[in-house]
Amino acid sequence: MSVISDFAIPVIILFALGFGLFRKADIFAEFTAGVKEGLGTVIDVFPALFALVVAVGMFRASGAVDMLTNLAAPVANLIGFPKEAVPLVLLRPFSGSGAVATYQQVLQSAGPDSFAGRVASVILGSSETTFYTIAVYFAATKVKKTRHALPAALLGDFTVMILGCAFVRILL
Amino acid sequence: MMKWVFFAIIAVSVVFAGITGNMGGLSNSIMTEAGAAVDLALTLAAVICLWSGIMRVAQSAGLVEMLSKIFSPLLSKIFRGINPKGRAMGYIVLNLTANLLGLGNAATPFGLAAMRELEREEQTGASASNNMILFVVMNTASLQLIPTTVAALRLSAGSSSPLDILPAVWITSLSSVIIVVTAAKIMGGKRERNI
Repeated sequence: MSVISDFAIPVIILFALGFGLFRKADIFAEFTAGVKEGLGTVIDVFPALFALVVAVGMFRASGAVDMLTNLAAPVANLIGFPKEAVPLVLLRPFSGSGAVATYQQVLQSAGPDSFAGRVASVILGSSETTFYTIAVYFAATKVKKTRHALPAALLGDFTVMILGCAFVRILL
Repeated sequence: MMKWVFFAIIAVSVVFAGITGNMGGLSNSIMTEAGAAVDLALTLAAVICLWSGIMRVAQSAGLVEMLSKIFSPLLSKIFRGINPKGRAMGYIVLNLTANLLGLGNAATPFGLAAMRELEREEQTGASASNNMILFVVMNTASLQLIPTTVAALRLSAGSSSPLDILPAVWITSLSSVIIVVTAAKIMGGKRERNI
């Protein structure tokens, strides 16, 4: 597996450049023009990224995750959801690095092959950083009204939480 | 929508920090996180610049159009009204492929390019088009076939078989993708393009 991922990116880059040469494109000029466009994209998305990272960082530092976990524990118990994985569900839509850190805590406290460890693994492997993705993707455009993007995406995260837990029970 | 999300996260943080007596930690976190945001932007800049360069080369060589021709019959059923041979479709294909293969780094630059091309092709204004929303929610639902980060972390935590979760991950991911696409289609209604 790691061999494939080691090869993938260098081979893709070599192939794109080689194919460009074959088609008689000025690959150096095109590449550098692309880098310049990329820099513009970064500047466009930076403000939204900055706002979200600061806000989510404050959320993590406030201790809200621990308190919300305690509040949500009875509900989690009721539906058979492992309470160790609750903080992961709370952080996952907001923060990629926060979710990984929380996931590692679950692995350490409950063990990677425990029910909680497996549920956390499936949730992390089946979801993305929803708010970050929506904010950054739309920041690349002039769109201000994202309409139903967030509700639809959060419905997906909710599905992952419920089904992830259910499928670990059924399949493992 | 984002203005409420932004306010709600910060308001909740301040209130909870007050309750838990953690206001000092919260206050310190503000500048630390601002620094972290700049670091993240620099990392993202490196990735975006590299892949934007490669994308330009691929586009000028006609690779993007070739890819969209191969995959557009399938994707045209999901993304209605987009030129199947156009650039937007090409970048959508590149983004979804990078997501499937777990090249998360490359998926973001392709995704941002796809959003820009959708904006140009559909001439959206301040309001998102149905296709933009479909594309974004397909990205917020994970498409990755092999969750390499999860597998690596499980392995290092001493798991006896780190990949035993794969069937559960696949069926969960697939269900969530089907749910978000269906939800986006229903919520988007019959509205064509942008209003």
